[in-house]
Amino acid sequence: MTPTTWRYRGAVASRAVAAIGGGYVLTSIAIALIALALPLPRADAVTLATLLSFVVYTCAILWVFATTSATRAWCGIVAVTAVLGALLWLVGRAS
Amino acid sequence: MKEGVVVKEGLRQSMSWVHTWAGLLVCWLLLLVFMAGTAAYYRHEITFWMKPELHKAAEAPSTIPAAASATLIVRELQQRAPEANGWFIDLPSERNPLIQAGWTNPPKKGMSREERRNAFRQQNVTLDPITGQHTAAPRDTRGGEFLYRLHFDLYYMSALWGRWIVGIAAMFMLVAIISGVITHKRIFKDFFTFRPKKGQRSWLDAHNATAVLALPFHLMITYTGLVTLMFMYMPSPTKALYGEDQNTMFAEVFMNVDRTKPAGVHAPLADVAPMLQQAERAWGEAPTRIVVSHPNDANAKVELFRPSGQQLSNLEPSMTFNGATGALISSTGPISTTLSARAAVYGLHLAHFADPLLRALFFICGLAGCAMVATGALLWGVKERQKYAKVVAAGGKVGFGVRLVDALNIGAIAGLPVAFAVYFWSNRLLPLDLAQRTNMEANCFFAAWGACAILAQIRPTRGMWRFQLLLGAVLLGGLPLLNVFTTGTHLGVTLFGGPGLRPVAGFDLVTLLLGALLGWAAWWLGRKGKRQAAAAKSTAPAAAAAQPAPLEAA
Repeated sequence: MTPTTWRYRGAVASRAVAAIGGGYVLTSIAIALIALALPLPRADAVTLATLLSFVVYTCAILWVFATTSATRAWCGIVAVTAVLGALLWLVGRAS
Repeated sequence: MKEGVVVKEGLRQSMSWVHTWAGLLVCWLLLLVFMAGTAAYYRHEITFWMKPELHKAAEAPSTIPAAASATLIVRELQQRAPEANGWFIDLPSERNPLIQAGWTNPPKKGMSREERRNAFRQQNVTLDPITGQHTAAPRDTRGGEFLYRLHFDLYYMSALWGRWIVGIAAMFMLVAIISGVITHKRIFKDFFTFRPKKGQRSWLDAHNATAVLALPFHLMITYTGLVTLMFMYMPSPTKALYGEDQNTMFAEVFMNVDRTKPAGVHAPLADVAPMLQQAERAWGEAPTRIVVSHPNDANAKVELFRPSGQQLSNLEPSMTFNGATGALISSTGPISTTLSARAAVYGLHLAHFADPLLRALFFICGLAGCAMVATGALLWGVKERQKYAKVVAAGGKVGFGVRLVDALNIGAIAGLPVAFAVYFWSNRLLPLDLAQRTNMEANCFFAAWGACAILAQIRPTRGMWRFQLLLGAVLLGGLPLLNVFTTGTHLGVTLFGGPGLRPVAGFDLVTLLLGALLGWAAWWLGRKGKRQAAAAKSTAPAAAAAQPAPLEAA
């Protein structure tokens, strides 16, 4: 058996948090933005955006585990969340 | 997957890692959800089987027109519950041979949700559509409803907690399915590959076959399952567009929240028969579900629903009538593409539209899902065990993780069928006048499952596998025999009786088949054990050490 180092365990735990927690926050912001951006009656927009949520979340989770390092994974999640969050804030202020 | 090594190993390896762990962490809970959900495809039939008092009245199919049945039950409800808040009526249909109705009373102050639900369970009446008489009072049981609720509400906790837990497990499942597909470079070819009696490889092939065979189903059922509760799991779009006003969102999306308050003025309920005839003319088939809100009030409303079977969507077209005057108020028109898409995705999960053949196919796909989860869980144990080959050969023990997973596998894969069987046995054997009988049936389910799980933790051995599989086989396969002694509608009657008894016969035959399957598994394990023991005797110890029993526990 290959010995498992604490460094490795830490990296896995870090990725898990980035995927589950970070991915959820990213998804929530992304679909809120989609809901606001869709040129549809609001009942349709809210439905379509929420339907897409699980697709977005799954992609985010898989990307976190597919990328080369835990640090990269965190950077990616935080960067995308920040950009989408800023957009959401702007849209919220405009409306 | 080592940090930094991932690049060299590539996408497929990292996805394989995700697939393994996302699957393993939730597989035992998923097995419960899959088994209960698969059974829930037949929840009405299971409920009917669990109320043998109704069997006789249901034997011959109803030939009475829907309007006449409706008049019968309304007359009954006028006597029993004229002051009720609402009446909920199910007329005889393909999957329901009897006239069944329940009602809700105006909630009393200080009544908890649980108390209200219990009261509602008592407030129902069943009529024989042919004689118009009351059927024998059925025993107190939740029947298939328990299994249906179990698969997303769990039990012994608030439904909210259960739904979050099941939702998280479903999300793990979705990730496991997608990563599993990415891992597979030869997904099509692998489907035609089966290498029996090759230890780990055979389990891998079995896992691939059951997963790939029904892959569209697995993907569909996991995604649509999440969609059923999506506004709870993913509230941010609702927040963005509706703020805190969730009720408006529900009213706009589900279009079913139209709560008129009672006027408080007495007005006798209009005759329902003409309403049913009008609906039948419009739809070409008679409605089977009627909801009357505030009967005998000036604001009374009668809502008629078209039977399911014509569309994927779970939102059946309905017609609403003024309960006092009998005039048509509205009928549901076409809804927007997005909303009907959601309703179709939702409807796909419920499969109310399915005719008997399609329903059977869904049931088989559900069983394939159970097999996929079970073989996946076993595969982890088999793979992990190989790492300990040298340790075990030197007289050492396998790691804690392997032992734990082996024990959990036994408790779930072999233990859950025992729990299901015990639930059905308790339905027949518990005294009919037992207080809290419905809860006792559920307790029996969990007591049996708990006992199996604990025994497995104490001795996670091949003997335990065989014992629990055999127990499941005897209990499930024994249900038709139990029916002979406890009811008048055993296979000898139901196979030759009227079409109304077919669900009862079907139930008995399916349990017989599943029992045989478990028995075969137990027999197969026993034979394998004997062979391995013989092989170990005939070869030198060194050779035996080099060839570790690949399926020590399985």
